Amino acid sequence: MANANAATLLDVEHVHQRYRNASGEEGSLVLDDISIKLIEGEIVGLLGRSGCGKSSLLRIVSGLNRPSEGNVTFLGTPVTGAVDGVAMVFQSFALFPWMSVLANVELGLKVQGVPDDEARRRALSAIDLIGLDGFESAYPKELSGGMRQRVGFARALVVNPKILLMDEPFSALDVLTAESLRTDLLDLWTEGRMPIKSILMVTHNIEEAVLMCDRIILLSSNPGRVAAEIRVTLAHPRNRLDPEFRQLVNEIYARMTARPVQREPPAKDGAFPGLGLGMALASVSTNSLAGLMETLATKPFDGHAGLPNLAEETGMEVDELFPIAETLQLLRFAEMGDGQIHLSEAGQRFVNAEVDVRKKLFGDHLLSYVPLATRIRRVLDERPTHRAPLNRFLSELEDYMSDDYADTTLDAVTNWGRYGEIFAYDEAAQIFSLEDPT
Amino acid sequence: MQMETIPGLARRALPSYWDLAAFIIVVAVLVGIVSGSNGVAVPLPRPEAPIVDLDYWNLPYYALRTTLRMFAALAASLVFTFVYASLCAKSRRAEMVLIPILDILQSVPILGFLSFTVTFFLGLFPGRVLGAECAAVFAIFTSQAWNMAFSFYQSLRTVPKDLDEVSRSFQLTGWQKFWQLEAPFAVPGLVYNMMISMSGGWFFVVASEAITVGDVSIKLPGIGSYLALAIDGKRLDAVFAAILTMLVVILAYDQILFRPIVAWAAKFRVELTASSNDPTSWVLTVFKRSKWLQALLTPLGWSLKKIRFARLRLPAFGKMALTPPRLVAIGIDWGWYLLITVAVGFAGWKITEYVSATLGWHDALEAMGLTLVTMVRVIVLIALASLVWVPIGVWIGLRPGIAEYVQPIAQFLAAFPVNVLFPFVVAGIVFFHLDPDIWLSFLIVFGTQWYILFNVIAGASAFPNDLKEVAANFHVRGWLWWKHVMLPGIFPYYFTGALTASGGSWNAAIVAEYVKWGDDKVTAHGIGAFIARATEAGDFPRIVLGVAMMSIFVTLLNRFGWRRLFAMAERRLRLD
Repeated sequence: MANANAATLLDVEHVHQRYRNASGEEGSLVLDDISIKLIEGEIVGLLGRSGCGKSSLLRIVSGLNRPSEGNVTFLGTPVTGAVDGVAMVFQSFALFPWMSVLANVELGLKVQGVPDDEARRRALSAIDLIGLDGFESAYPKELSGGMRQRVGFARALVVNPKILLMDEPFSALDVLTAESLRTDLLDLWTEGRMPIKSILMVTHNIEEAVLMCDRIILLSSNPGRVAAEIRVTLAHPRNRLDPEFRQLVNEIYARMTARPVQREPPAKDGAFPGLGLGMALASVSTNSLAGLMETLATKPFDGHAGLPNLAEETGMEVDELFPIAETLQLLRFAEMGDGQIHLSEAGQRFVNAEVDVRKKLFGDHLLSYVPLATRIRRVLDERPTHRAPLNRFLSELEDYMSDDYADTTLDAVTNWGRYGEIFAYDEAAQIFSLEDPT
Repeated sequence: MQMETIPGLARRALPSYWDLAAFIIVVAVLVGIVSGSNGVAVPLPRPEAPIVDLDYWNLPYYALRTTLRMFAALAASLVFTFVYASLCAKSRRAEMVLIPILDILQSVPILGFLSFTVTFFLGLFPGRVLGAECAAVFAIFTSQAWNMAFSFYQSLRTVPKDLDEVSRSFQLTGWQKFWQLEAPFAVPGLVYNMMISMSGGWFFVVASEAITVGDVSIKLPGIGSYLALAIDGKRLDAVFAAILTMLVVILAYDQILFRPIVAWAAKFRVELTASSNDPTSWVLTVFKRSKWLQALLTPLGWSLKKIRFARLRLPAFGKMALTPPRLVAIGIDWGWYLLITVAVGFAGWKITEYVSATLGWHDALEAMGLTLVTMVRVIVLIALASLVWVPIGVWIGLRPGIAEYVQPIAQFLAAFPVNVLFPFVVAGIVFFHLDPDIWLSFLIVFGTQWYILFNVIAGASAFPNDLKEVAANFHVRGWLWWKHVMLPGIFPYYFTGALTASGGSWNAAIVAEYVKWGDDKVTAHGIGAFIARATEAGDFPRIVLGVAMMSIFVTLLNRFGWRRLFAMAERRLRLD
C-alpha cells in the first residue's frame, strides 16, 4: 500500500531517552538514536522484547513524554505535547470506569467543545463501526475484555485522527478474542472505512507483527536501538500457514535470538572490569527454568528445538519464552542462536538429576556465570559476620541501571541464589547471610 | 464494609524535620489566633444567648439546627479538601510543607482547639450570634476536614497512569481533568472518609454548641445546648429525650444521605469485575425510578455537565510549560527552604515568648506528667477493649448470618456521640462514690471501642475460606488456632480499628476526664482534665501548653508505635 511519493506523516529523528530516577537525575540510555518515518497508508510495527523501550518510544511519538534528545515532527510541526490528529489505544484499555460506553467514546469530542448532538451522532457512528451496537449504555465493568478494547478503538477513532498509535492493544486479551479484534481492525483498514491514514503499533508478538504490518522495525534491548527493518509485502488477508509467512516468522525469531555484539553498557563498567554487574536480568522462576529444560529434554524435541515450535508447544508468547531461554543460556544450561535452542550437556545432567544434585549444579553455575551472584557471595564470605544488607547491592546496581531494573535484577538473583543455596536471605530484615535457617 | 488504608500511614515511619516544622507552624497559628483575638474579645459584651429550654417539643427544631451546622461544616470541609489537596498534589514545594501540617492536624486532638476557635470567631463578629454559629461550624469543620483532605490527596497521587495518559492525549485542561478523572477517582475514598468524619462531627457538635471559655459562654439552639442545660438542671428525663432525638437524627442522616451516596459511589470504583454485592439504597432507587424527580433534576445535571466540560485553563501549579533550567530550579528550592526555615524559627520564637510569659518549666513538666497518665489510660483501655471485642468480633464475623445484623449496629454505635451518655455515668460515680481515676477512664473508650468491633467483624468475615478449611483439616484448635490462623488473618483489620479508636480516645479524654453533673464535678488526673480546666478558666497559655504536649505525644505514639505495627502488618500479614 505504501508508495514512494506518499506523504510523510510522522518523522522521528535521532531520539534518545534516558532513565530518570526519583530525584530527577538522568541515568543510562533507554532509547539510543532512534530514527523512524511513518508514511501515509502503512501499518508499522515496533517489535521488541520487554526492556527495549518500545512503549517509551510510543509515548514520545504521541507527545505524552519528551525525549532527552532528538525531535519528533508530525506533518512538519514539532511535537511538544499531545497533538490533535494522533490517537492512542492502550494495552490496559484505559477506560473510565464511571462513564458508560457512550460517555467514554464521547469524551474526546466533549473536551474539544463539539456540540452535544454532533458529539452524540459521531460517537454512535464510531460505536457502530467498531461493532459495539447495543452496548452504548453499558459500563466498562460489565463488558468482556474484547468489548472493552473495542471501546478503546471507538474512542480513538471518533476524534478523526490521522495516526492511530497502539500500545500492545491485543496482549491483554485471550487468543481467540485477540484474533477476532485483529481481523476486524484489518478489515476496516483494508476497506478504508476508518479515517486514519497510518497506524504505528507496539508489539512483542512476532506473528501479530507479520500478520498486520507493512513494515516491522525490530528493536534491540538495553538500550533500545533499531536493529533491523523488515518489509512485509504479503497481501491481506494474510494466512498464517502460508510458507512465506512462516519463513518470515522464523527469520525474525532468528534475528531476535542472535547474540548482540555488545551487551553490557561499556561506559561505566570500568569499576569492576569483566564482572559484568551491569547486566540487567529478568525475574524468572527456577520452576520455569527447570520446566523448560524438561520440555526440551523430552520428545518431540530431544534436546533441540526451533523457538517458534517451542513457543507453540508451550503456548507461550515471545515475551515469556525469551527471558527463560536467555537465562538458561546465561547459566550455560542451553545454547541459543539462529532461532534454535539447544540443551547443553549441563542442562541434560540437570534434567536427569535428583533435587539436591540439581540445586548443587544450579548453585555452581550461578556462581560461575552470574557476576552479581558471585559478588554477593564474595562479600558475604569476606565479611566476618557473613551478613550484608540488600541495599548495599541495590545501590551498587543503580549505578548501572534504572531503579526498576535494579530491583528486578536483584530480585531474580536473590531467588536463584536461595534455590541454589549459595546464600540465605531474610525478607523482613532485607539482609543476605550465609546462615541456614534453623 | 471493606478495609481502607489509613491515610498517611503507608508513608515513612519516622518523624522528620518537616514534621517538627509543621508542628511548630500549627501551634504558632493557634497562638497567633489567640493573641490576635484577645484584644478584640476583651471588651466583648456577652452575646445575647438565645434561650434554650427543655420542652420536648423544641427538640425537632434543635435537631434541625444541629443538623444544618453539620451540613455547613461538611460543605466547608469539601471545599477545603478540594483546594488544599489539589495544591499539595500539583505543587511539589507546597507539598513539602502542607502535607506534614495536615499530618500533624490529623493526629492532634482537635477538641483542644475548641477554645481558640471560639474566641477567634466571637472576636470576628462581636456580640452577634453569627460569630457563635461560625465558631460551632468551624469546630465541626476541624474534626472533619483533615482525613478527607488526606484521602483526596492520596487519590490524586494514585490516579491510574493509563487514565492519566488518556486525559493528556485528549488534551483535557486542568479543570476538565479534575472533574473527569481526578475527582471521580477520589470519590470512593472521599465518601468513606466523609462518613468517618461525620461520626466524629456529632461528637463535636455536642461539645461545641454550649461552651464556656473564660467569661465568654455561648449557647446555640441545638441538641448539644439542650443536653448541656439538662445536665445543669440534673434532668435525667431531658437527657434521655436528647439521646433519643440524636438516635433518630443519625439514623435518618444515614438512610437519607449516606446510604444513597455510598450506593452511588460504588460506580467510581476502579475494578475490573462487577462485584455481586454492591451497596444498595432505597432512597437512591426511589430517586432513579421517579420520573418526576428525574425531570426536576435534569436541567441541574445539564448545567453541571456544561461547567465540568468548560475549557477553563487552571494554572498548572509548579508545572510551567517550559521547565526552568536546573540551576534556577535548585535556586528556587533553596530560597523556599530558607523562607520556611525563617518562618519556622520566627514561629518557634513567638510560641516560646507567649507561653513563657506566664508559665515555667515546672508547668511543662506537670503537663508532660499528666499526658503520660492519659497515654497510659488510653493504651490500657484500648488493650482492654481489644481483649473483649476481638473474640466477640471473630465469633460474629465467622457467622455471616449474625454479622449481617450486628455489623450495621456496630457502625452506628461508632457514629453515636457518646458524650451525651456521660451524665449517666457521672451520676453513677457520684452516687456510688467511685474512684474517678479508674471509672472515668472507661468513658474514653466508650464511643471508640466500636471501631475495633466492626473492623474485627469485617476481618473475620473476609477471612479466606480455604485457610479456614486447612486449619480444620490439620485439626488446628485452641490457642494455636488463634495464634497462627485467626489473629494474623484479622490483624490488618484490627489494626485499622484500633488506630481509629486510639485517635478518638485522645479526643474523648478532653471531655471524659473532666465531667459535670449539675454542680458536681468529677475529675480524673490527666492532660484532658488539664485542658478542660484551662478552657473553663480562659487560661490560654495553659491551653496551648496542654494541646501542644498532647499533640507531641500523639504524634510520637503514631510514628513509633502504630506506623511500625502497620508497616509490619503490610509486609507480613496481607492476605491478598
